Amino acid sequence: MSSVLKAVRLPGAGRSVDTGDLPSAPLIRLERASVRFGRVQALDEVCLTLCRGDRLALVGANGSGKTTLLRLLHGLITCDGQREMIAPAALGRAPVTAMLFQHPFLLSLSVRWNVLLGLWLHGAPRALRAERCAGALQRVGLDTLAARPARSLSGGQQQRLALARAWALQPDILLLDEPTANLDPSAKREVERLVLALADEGVTVVMSTHNLGQAKRLATRVAYLEAGRLVVDAPVDRFFNDALPREAALFLKGELPWK
Amino acid sequence: MHSIADSLLLAAQLISRADADLWRIVGLSLRVSSTACAIGALVGLCLGAWLAVAEFPGRGAAVWLVNSLLALPSVVVGLIVYLLLSRSGPLGEWGILFTPSAMVIAQSVLVVPLIAALSRRLVLDGLRDGGDQLRSLGAGPFLSALLMLVHERFGVLTVLLTAFGRAVSEVGAVMIVGGNIDGFTRVMTTAIALETSKGDLPLALALGLVLLGVVGLVNLVVVAMQGRTSLEREVYV
Amino acid sequence: MVGVLAGLLMAASASAQDRVIVMASTTSTEQSGLFAHLLPLFKRATGIDVRVVAVGTGQALDTGRRGDADVVFVHDTAAEEKFVAEGFALKRMPVMYNDFVLVGPSADPARTQGNDIAAALGKVAAAGAVFISRADKSGTHAAELRLWQATGIDVARAKPAGYRECGCGMGPALNMGSSLAAYVLTDRGTWLSFKNRGDLTVLVEGDKRLFNQYGVMVVNPAKHPHVKQALAQTFADWVVSAAGQEAIAGYKIGGQQLFFPNADR
Repeated sequence: MSSVLKAVRLPGAGRSVDTGDLPSAPLIRLERASVRFGRVQALDEVCLTLCRGDRLALVGANGSGKTTLLRLLHGLITCDGQREMIAPAALGRAPVTAMLFQHPFLLSLSVRWNVLLGLWLHGAPRALRAERCAGALQRVGLDTLAARPARSLSGGQQQRLALARAWALQPDILLLDEPTANLDPSAKREVERLVLALADEGVTVVMSTHNLGQAKRLATRVAYLEAGRLVVDAPVDRFFNDALPREAALFLKGELPWK
Repeated sequence: MHSIADSLLLAAQLISRADADLWRIVGLSLRVSSTACAIGALVGLCLGAWLAVAEFPGRGAAVWLVNSLLALPSVVVGLIVYLLLSRSGPLGEWGILFTPSAMVIAQSVLVVPLIAALSRRLVLDGLRDGGDQLRSLGAGPFLSALLMLVHERFGVLTVLLTAFGRAVSEVGAVMIVGGNIDGFTRVMTTAIALETSKGDLPLALALGLVLLGVVGLVNLVVVAMQGRTSLEREVYV
Repeated sequence: MVGVLAGLLMAASASAQDRVIVMASTTSTEQSGLFAHLLPLFKRATGIDVRVVAVGTGQALDTGRRGDADVVFVHDTAAEEKFVAEGFALKRMPVMYNDFVLVGPSADPARTQGNDIAAALGKVAAAGAVFISRADKSGTHAAELRLWQATGIDVARAKPAGYRECGCGMGPALNMGSSLAAYVLTDRGTWLSFKNRGDLTVLVEGDKRLFNQYGVMVVNPAKHPHVKQALAQTFADWVVSAAGQEAIAGYKIGGQQLFFPNADR
């Protein structure tokens, strides 16, 4: 068992986006957060601060806690330890979070209705719903398919619809759980392009992925999880170029032994 | 010695003669059972959705109760409702014993556990797939459950059809609370029971075949509705 | 939804203002077809709708006791007199009688044929032949038990060899008798309209002890104030009046009269 390494956050992490705000205003802070499901320790004393403008990639083996960490950041689950949501001065309110799952869950309604439903649940003002829905669908290129049953779309189209649904909510933070794991290369590229477009608009992105190339392409910051512990948290170039703890290095090489 | 073929012939004759009595009885069967299913749907779907998401001590017992009531014999339901609605009972003032209203109430009581138990299952299965996503979008637990029912509306339709089948084919409850009054509370099943006990078996069987035909027609309409929508669900690549 | 229910209830109670009464009677009387003949005549004469709930005699009297019927019309004099004694009706009026017959297999293995019911039952018991009893506290069942007593046999204590209790109505009992080629005591009305006879035929009839007396009682409003006394009394009075009695006598199946009016003049 390797020793617990305090996650190191090196200065200069995160290309800041000019929003007229402090470049690295913290949004969510986790302090020694632990989550336990029955006998399984899903997260073990994780310390993490998510800052505005971050494009954080979570990497790690299956069962390392990536999904649990995403759900904790969203607020879907509780933890022992501290989870703090910080309202940045520029926003004046708590950040809005949206999440995409590996298998997008779409209701058996039309494409348009799925987005409208999301807006309704979120509490968006009625007058703006149609407009935001249309705008979001156009952004992801599904406006021509607005009347189609959502379930008749291809995998890539469904994930784009999930993105549109999240986009319409105008989130401050977008969490994605292996969003392109089931997609073919062109669909994958399309989704990545949209995620980058969202990030360019100022949305903070946290994405878990198996695909290290994807992490390199999209992230400004990479965190490596192992057995619920946050072992490495570094800017992307340092993560892939500098020396890493043994397990992380083995993971990168793909040689992590089966536990 | 009659045969089923004789009864088939008799059934066809009954239908073609457009016997007014027969159609009144068929009409009452359909009205009572569909009203009971409508009421049962309202109560049962909400109950099922609630039981799927509510957290309270004794929830396990409540679920067990609903599942056990699935097997409640219709005659027992009839007896309980009869004792409630009898003039000597707590709800006697309503004065609705031996009327179609009492039959609707009895059949509603019969189908609510069925609809609740099955819709609860639908909601649980749906929430397993999409509960997180709905929560993420901001839906509370009960709203998520209701959305799942909308999402699984074809499953819900099957549940309601099952409930309708249960209601329209039962005889114990409507016999006791309705009284099988000629021209007033006689429905298909009680008419069949009556003809059987009178020894007129071909007529009883013929009425049974008519009932089967009517229910089959209802199902045909529903399948047609489903078929139209499922054409739209073909996958476009 | 509450609105729908309220509407249903209002419809039900609105009909309470109509000229409608509920009559508890027996399955054998209804199945004989008498009511289909009699009640339209009554309606034409008085404009009153009679809704018949046909159950076993015991259940019919019980329905009266609970106040769920306005008038009771059954054929078990002892039970009816008890009903009056308990205060659930003010008066019992005799209306008509029909008769029971003993039916059995045409081969008649117990040699019952004739017009002496007591002797016939004695022979059935002695031969151990199969006999179907309704055993459902109905008027027919009560009559059957009285006839066994007349034979000197106590079926409660020592059932004869072929005695079978079905706990069922007259029709099902005859169905059973037909398939088992058994003896059954039945009222003539049900027998005449029974279509599944098989090999069964009438073997014993005409014995005075086989006469089955009907009585009508209006439920006592002192016990159940909601009872529609006036309308119910109109029915009771009509059925014992000349018009009613004539209507009863006029009911025939296959040219045969079923019920013989005998109301007090």
